[in-house]
Amino acid sequence: MATATTSLPAGAGRQARDTLLVLLGLIVLWQLLHWLAGSVALASPWASVVRLGELLGRASFYPNLAETALAFGQALVISLLGGLAIGVALGANRLAGAVADPILVALYSIPKVTLYPLILLFFGLGMEAKVAFGAIHGIIPVIIFTMNAVRHIRPVYLRSARVMRLGPLETARTILVPACIPEIVSGFRIGFALTILGTLIGELFASQRGLGFLLMKAMHSNDTPTILAIALLLFAFASLCSWGLLALDRRLHRRT
Amino acid sequence: MSRVGLIRLAVVVAFVALLELATRAGWISSYSLIPPSQMAVAAVQILLAGRMLDDILLTLQNVAAAFVLAVVVGFFGGVLLHQAPRLRRAVDPLLASYYAVPVFIFYPLMIVIFGLNAWPLIIIGFLFAVAAMVVNTLDGFDRIPRVFFKVARVQRLSWTAEVFQVTLPAAAPYLFNGAKLCVAYAFIGVIAGEFILAGAGMGYEIAFAYNNFDNRTMYGLMLLLLVFVTTVNMSLYAWEQRLQRRRGGR
Repeated sequence: MATATTSLPAGAGRQARDTLLVLLGLIVLWQLLHWLAGSVALASPWASVVRLGELLGRASFYPNLAETALAFGQALVISLLGGLAIGVALGANRLAGAVADPILVALYSIPKVTLYPLILLFFGLGMEAKVAFGAIHGIIPVIIFTMNAVRHIRPVYLRSARVMRLGPLETARTILVPACIPEIVSGFRIGFALTILGTLIGELFASQRGLGFLLMKAMHSNDTPTILAIALLLFAFASLCSWGLLALDRRLHRRT
Repeated sequence: MSRVGLIRLAVVVAFVALLELATRAGWISSYSLIPPSQMAVAAVQILLAGRMLDDILLTLQNVAAAFVLAVVVGFFGGVLLHQAPRLRRAVDPLLASYYAVPVFIFYPLMIVIFGLNAWPLIIIGFLFAVAAMVVNTLDGFDRIPRVFFKVARVQRLSWTAEVFQVTLPAAAPYLFNGAKLCVAYAFIGVIAGEFILAGAGMGYEIAFAYNNFDNRTMYGLMLLLLVFVTTVNMSLYAWEQRLQRRRGGR
C-alpha cells in the first residue's frame, strides 16, 4: 500500500502521538455533544468509562462477554478458513472465477441485516444464529480478496507448479496462498471487522446473552452510559486488532 | 451473451430452481422458507395492492438521502485527508476499526438530538456509509500513477483541467466502488434502524410480518428490498462500464 512510507521509529512515534491527539479531539467532541444534548441523550466520556469499570467489575458481565467472544471466534474461523478455501478454489479455475466474481460482488453489497428473519427461522435463537450471522458478513470479502489475488497471480508460478507436478492441494498450499498473502491479509482485515459487526447484529436481534443483548437492553431502557461503555470496549478491541493487522499488512505489502 | 455470462445465468437459475424444489418437496419447512415463486408473487401483490407503498417510498427516500450525504461528505473528506498525510496516518487505524462498532446503537441518541422524524435514520445510514467512501476515495487517489501528474504538468493543464481530466478519471474505479458500498451501507443503516425502532418503513414492516408469522409478506418485502439494492448497484456498474468504454478502456 502506498501509505507505508515511514517506518522509522521516530516516524512511528509521531504517528502514534498524532493518533492519540485525534482520539483526544474525539473525546472533546463527545464532551461537547454531551453538554449540548444533556446526559439523558448522551452520557459524558467520564461517566461511560466509570460504567465500563463497573461492568468489568461485575461477575455477571463475564458470561455475556464469553458468549460474544465464543460466537465471534467461531464466526471468524468460518469466515477466514472458509473464505480462504473457497477463494483459492474459485481463483485457481479461470472460468469459475469469471463466473463467480459479479455474483460475489452482488452478494457483498446486499444488506445482510435484511436476512435476519431468515437466519432466525433456520437456526433459532441462540449461538448458531449469531455464528451464522457473523460468518455471512465476514466470509464474502475474504473470498473476493483471495480469489482476485489468486486470479492475478504471476503465470510463471503456476507454470513452475505444473513443472514440479504438484497436485491441486499442494499447489494451493505451497504456491497460491504464499504468493497471495498480502492481499489475503487485506481481505482478513475487512472480514474481521465485518464479522464483529455481523455477530453483534445477530446478538442485537437474536439472543438472550452476550454484549449485543446487553446493548439492546440498554437501548430499550435508554441507559446511555452502558451503551457507550460497551461501544468503547468494542471499539478498543477492534482498534487493537486492526492495528496489529494493519501493521502486518503494511509489512507484507512492502516485502513484495 | 458471452459464454461466461450464460454459465453465470445458469448457476443463478439452478440455485433458485433448487430452492424451489427443496421448498416444494418439503425438504425445507414452509415455516422457514417459502418457495421463490411464491416470494415473487407476494412481492408483486405487495406492489399492486399499494398497501405498503408509503413504507417503501419512505425507506427509499431515507436511503437516498443517506447515500447522497455519505458520497458527498465521504468524497470531500477523503480529498481533505489525502491532502493532509499526517492527519491521515493518525486517522488510519480508527478508520480500519470503524465498522466494528454497529453505528445504529447510537440511534436512540440521534432520536433525542434530531427528534422523532426521518433525520435519525438518515444520519444512521449516513454514518454507516461515509467511512466506506472516505476509505475508497483515499485508495483511489493513492493508486493514481505519479506519471499522470507529470504528464499533466508537461501539458501545462490548469488545476481544474487536471482534476477533471486526470485525477478524477484515474480514481474513478475506486470512487465507484465506494459509491456501491455506500448503497449497501446506507440500506443496512436505515433498515437496521427501522428494525429497532420505527413506526413505518420496509424494515418495520418486515419485522412486523416476522413477529406475526406472516412469511409471505416478509419474504415478499425482503425480495423487493434485494431487488432494489441490486438494481441500484447494477445501474452504477453499467454506468461505470460505459464511462470506461468511452475512455477507451483501462
